[in-house]
Amino acid sequence: MVTLEQLKARLEAAVPGATLEIITNDSPSTQCSLLVNRERALTVARFLRDDAELKLDYCSNVTGVDWPAAELAEKIKVKKLVDGVEREVEEVKKTQRPAYLEVVYHLYSMEKKHGPVILRLRTEDRGEKNHLPSFTPVWRSCEFQEREIFDLFGIVFDGHPDLRRILMWDGFKDFPMRKDYVEPDDYEYEPTPHDEVLAKAQKHQLSEAHT
Amino acid sequence: MIAAMGLPTPQMELRPKADDREGRWLEVAMGPHHPSTHGVFRMDVALDGERIVKLKPVFGYLHRNHEKLAEGMSYLASIPYTDRLDYFCSLTNNWAYALSVEKLAGLRVPERAEYIRVITAELTRLQNHACLAGFLLQDMGASGTPLMYAFREREKILDLFEALTGARMMCNYMRFGGCRCDLPEGWLAQAKQVVTEMPRFIDEFENLLATNEILLARTQGIGAVTAELAVNAGITGPMLRAAGVNYDLRKVDRYGIYDRFQFKIPLGAHGDTYDRYFVRMLEMRESVKILEQALATIPDGPIMDPKSKLRGFRPKPGEAYGRIEAPKGELGFYLISDGGPNPCRYRIRPPSFINLTVLEDLCLGHTVADTVAILGSVDIVLGEVDR
Repeated sequence: MVTLEQLKARLEAAVPGATLEIITNDSPSTQCSLLVNRERALTVARFLRDDAELKLDYCSNVTGVDWPAAELAEKIKVKKLVDGVEREVEEVKKTQRPAYLEVVYHLYSMEKKHGPVILRLRTEDRGEKNHLPSFTPVWRSCEFQEREIFDLFGIVFDGHPDLRRILMWDGFKDFPMRKDYVEPDDYEYEPTPHDEVLAKAQKHQLSEAHT
Repeated sequence: MIAAMGLPTPQMELRPKADDREGRWLEVAMGPHHPSTHGVFRMDVALDGERIVKLKPVFGYLHRNHEKLAEGMSYLASIPYTDRLDYFCSLTNNWAYALSVEKLAGLRVPERAEYIRVITAELTRLQNHACLAGFLLQDMGASGTPLMYAFREREKILDLFEALTGARMMCNYMRFGGCRCDLPEGWLAQAKQVVTEMPRFIDEFENLLATNEILLARTQGIGAVTAELAVNAGITGPMLRAAGVNYDLRKVDRYGIYDRFQFKIPLGAHGDTYDRYFVRMLEMRESVKILEQALATIPDGPIMDPKSKLRGFRPKPGEAYGRIEAPKGELGFYLISDGGPNPCRYRIRPPSFINLTVLEDLCLGHTVADTVAILGSVDIVLGEVDR
């Protein structure tokens, strides 16, 4: 199995226009991932599946992640002159993280028995520009998982053959897995045509009683 | 009546018709409340005569957004919730979650705990496969006998679980860094007894069913899936191996201590319902082999990593994806930590949900009665499908 740096170089050579970034992972699992640009993501996915050396024929897991805008504080050590003496001082560096939705694909190879290669795609923002290319034409296993992400996160997958809600009901409005989702007071309440009809009937009876 | 009252008729949204072949196709909703769907699950089926021309699975009746719940609680508090995913196999669910947290935090599991994990996981596999065979035969009309035989064996294994964990199904047993409690006295002897008796049950089951004419007629050549489609659609577990793809995480990832045991991976050739049934029967025999080896060589020692901190557990920022071979397929947990006491993102990769991707492909052209057998052989548990 090639390292992630080699894979990045190969992909950039094979897919013109693909911009890739390695997202590091500081945890002991050391599973680093590749951030792919939306425009060329589908070509990258096809290449990963069909390349004779990689043969990532199995997309195991598709995860949606919601990242609201946040201020990240990072402690860094800086050398500074304190009272004429150079010393190491800890400083808090603050960076603004823009809001976006992210999809993470865990790819393995059943033929070569290696993996995972982790791909990440990010939307432009959490509002209207929430479109990403669907990988269902490449790996069928994404079909239900992308539908689930559409359902719970509100990411629209362009090119998905059957993008509908899957776990929530069709009339549901919000996206429950988003971090800013507010739970309703009453989960059982679901407006039905019956309620409207009942309200109209009551109104009708009232108006009749007055005349 | 509403029209008679002078009110407008209610604006009910009509369900769109399956096709313009109105009158030729019959639309049937199989489920959600039907014993053959193994839970609360619906298949919207369009029939041409008795043949299935369209099938759309409908999920969500048991959805409680487990992933969102887990984001609001500590890492430890999620363990009892994982029991409720695939409620037949709570111990393998626990293991998959514990494995992911161990990867995230870099914990090492003591040897004895690894052995206990293998033993309980293989016992879970035995009872899951036994039950599956029983349910499958029950669905096909073999009323009672196979299911009761399977439940008789399952009972013995559940007794073991009860002695070890205090619960028969909701075990809540494994912790990141080890197991909750050590084996009680006499448990190993009892487990050995159960394992020694198990081949007799499998023989009995095979004598009863393996060459049964009705079983063969109902399952052979029904619901076949090709190896290419199975791989592309992310099918895992016995269903994948029935299609002839040699991919078992116990051999591929060698998680835990599976590299120490001698066992084989049974493969099917046709990928049909019969192969799916029979691969599971063969897997039970391999599980018995693993159990015999594990029970004979289990060492003494601690059962928890001393570095593991269950309460006030805050792993460093980062992410980890851990997966195991659960009885139904690849069960994975993907965790993202932001350094807080709760996971920032907690994702389950449910095998039975993804195995349903090809349900329509399996059923097209078969009859309604075959659909029941095919769904039975896919082996789903709705607690895991809907989460």
